[in-house]
Amino acid sequence: MLRRLIKQRELVTDEWRYAEEDPLGRERALILPFARWKEERERWWLWDGKLGVRLGPTDPVAALEHDFLRIALVAIEFGGLGEGRGYSQAHLLRKRYKFTGELRAVGKIQRDQLFYMARCGFDAFELPETANVDEALGAFDDFSVAYQPAVDDGLALKRRAV
Amino acid sequence: MYQYDQIDRQLVTERVAQFRDQTRRYLAGQLSEDDFRSLRLRNGLYIQKHAPMLRVSIPYGLLSSDQLRMFARIAREFDKGYGHFTTRQNIQYNWPKLETVPDILALLASVEMHAIQTSGNCIRNVTADHLAGVAPDEIEDPRPWCEYIRQWATLHPEFSFLPRKFKIAVTGSPQDRAASKVHDIGLHLVRNAAGEIGFEVLVGGGLGRTPMIGHVIREFLPKRDLLGYLEAVLRVYNLEGRRDNIHKARIKILVKAVGPQKFREMVEAEWQASRDTAPQFNAAEIGRIAAFFQPPVYESLTDRAQSEIVAGKPNEFRQWYTRNTKKHKVSGYRVTYVSLKSPTRPPGDITAEELDRVADLADRYSLGKIRSTHDQNLIFADVKQEELFAVWQQLKALDLAPPNVGTLTDMICCPGLDFCSLANASSIPIAKQINDRFDDIDYLYDLGDIELKMSGCMNACGHHTVGHIGILGVDKSGEEWYQITLGGSASGLDAAIGQVIGPSVPYADVAATIERILDVYVEKRDDGERFIDTFRRIGMAPFKARVYVAPSHQAA
Repeated sequence: MLRRLIKQRELVTDEWRYAEEDPLGRERALILPFARWKEERERWWLWDGKLGVRLGPTDPVAALEHDFLRIALVAIEFGGLGEGRGYSQAHLLRKRYKFTGELRAVGKIQRDQLFYMARCGFDAFELPETANVDEALGAFDDFSVAYQPAVDDGLALKRRAV
Repeated sequence: MYQYDQIDRQLVTERVAQFRDQTRRYLAGQLSEDDFRSLRLRNGLYIQKHAPMLRVSIPYGLLSSDQLRMFARIAREFDKGYGHFTTRQNIQYNWPKLETVPDILALLASVEMHAIQTSGNCIRNVTADHLAGVAPDEIEDPRPWCEYIRQWATLHPEFSFLPRKFKIAVTGSPQDRAASKVHDIGLHLVRNAAGEIGFEVLVGGGLGRTPMIGHVIREFLPKRDLLGYLEAVLRVYNLEGRRDNIHKARIKILVKAVGPQKFREMVEAEWQASRDTAPQFNAAEIGRIAAFFQPPVYESLTDRAQSEIVAGKPNEFRQWYTRNTKKHKVSGYRVTYVSLKSPTRPPGDITAEELDRVADLADRYSLGKIRSTHDQNLIFADVKQEELFAVWQQLKALDLAPPNVGTLTDMICCPGLDFCSLANASSIPIAKQINDRFDDIDYLYDLGDIELKMSGCMNACGHHTVGHIGILGVDKSGEEWYQITLGGSASGLDAAIGQVIGPSVPYADVAATIERILDVYVEKRDDGERFIDTFRRIGMAPFKARVYVAPSHQAA
């Protein structure tokens, strides 16, 4: 089944597959769980498809430090509105490790998180199938101003330079 | 005081629109109860026993008279005609209707106010010394730094979904009047050996069911590193703080689990690793903010002696002058308390009419500004000594001049079982019981400075664990009982967590028990010794022996 997601503020069809959806990597764009990536790193490094890694809230971003040449996508798992580690994981990926690939928020995510997530550097969002996507697209414009620097510096937000 | 510019104004306006839409989606069934809960809390909106409760932010406790009048209007139009000041310098309304809250927020925005982050698992209102800018012992006014932190923390994209709530207090005087050692982060403006001013940083203090005093993790942080260092603390907490158990989720639990030394190293490592990407110090911005806190233009007046000020005036005015006014750093002026602790009112409560009148008095006598204190009073910071008598007369007519500031009946008290859905027991009726028993002002003055703090449950909104005498409401098979602690302190170098005296006492016996404790103090004290100092000198045993003496022995 084709999955829809918001990517760079547009609704697109997902070209990526999770390992359980496409065990052989036929689509040549595969997202592996963090544990499997660490275990089978050598093998996948030489594979000829695009690779992504999916992090849970407790998976350390620093463990990917030497992998960013190979990884084109990092998916970060959220367990609901109460789960906030993913924001720091995203910040570190973008700011400290200068990760430039796709940064995708997955799991139990919803409209009201998107503004914060985008400011932390997420550029792709897998909303539940039941989500009202038009409404969700509006979330990026919840605020036109911000007080603090973030990953999205230089974007449309008018910012106070604290 | 700080004035909004276009950016500030736009942000609060857009916040109102956002919350209006969230409320609409919730009422239309498009937003789950759980999700809406997390979102509404970020706007200070709780669902309480009788109705929603809305907590409005008062940044570092500073208000203009127009803002106070707006509180009055909101109390009148959307509540039952009153509000309640809290221990974090905010105000709460106990009776608004959910669907009217967006309108209340819009009214607040019109006077440069909001309810952003007054609840929820995010960085809360930044509090400060209520004598900031007028205290004679101040090293530097903390309020520009509070405003700097407020802006940085508002809708911070990385730190808006923390494991638990996060409270920051800033002080600029050696004497800590902001309970900063029981905050998640306490910042003290200090001077180093080279004469530069920076911050001493404490982390891991807190009240609640596991009360702790904060640990110093940085003796001196240069001002320019403030936000970067705060981000390092918050990032370590956000990633490492527990999220599996709400009662273990505050930063104090993390600091205790790894140990203060290790925590300090974790923060230092994160800070060093993030120096290049952390928010850079912006001298122009802090300068822009600081300009709003320049001292007002004071008249050139000579200080009058107390004897001169009270000469020929009623005794009650003299009492009020002694207890409810404090030294001002500028001669000819006096800091003046508006006491919300009259025996006739629940501690911290104020009516719409009183709010309006206090606003008028502030305009006439105190440069149009009002402050809220963490012990639930208000302050006129800049009253001319020659006008004190007029101020007293008018405050007295409003029942806002009981001369009890700093005494036993100037107690901190949470809303308790009467309003709060978390509470196990009442607080307000116990406050009344205590007021009824201790209604002799000479006795209160004889007892001197003493801090009585009371909470209706172990969440400790009434700070009972840091009261010289603390009272905690507990539920025993559906009955209200009260556990008493002695020896706590929130302030200064001697901040301490109180010790439980023994088994809890029934509702009807609370005031009588307090009286027995005070009897021991009066018998054992040295000349001029405060209650807390006597307790520290003689320990718990003499108090315990008196409180739990069997009634038959007492009679004998």
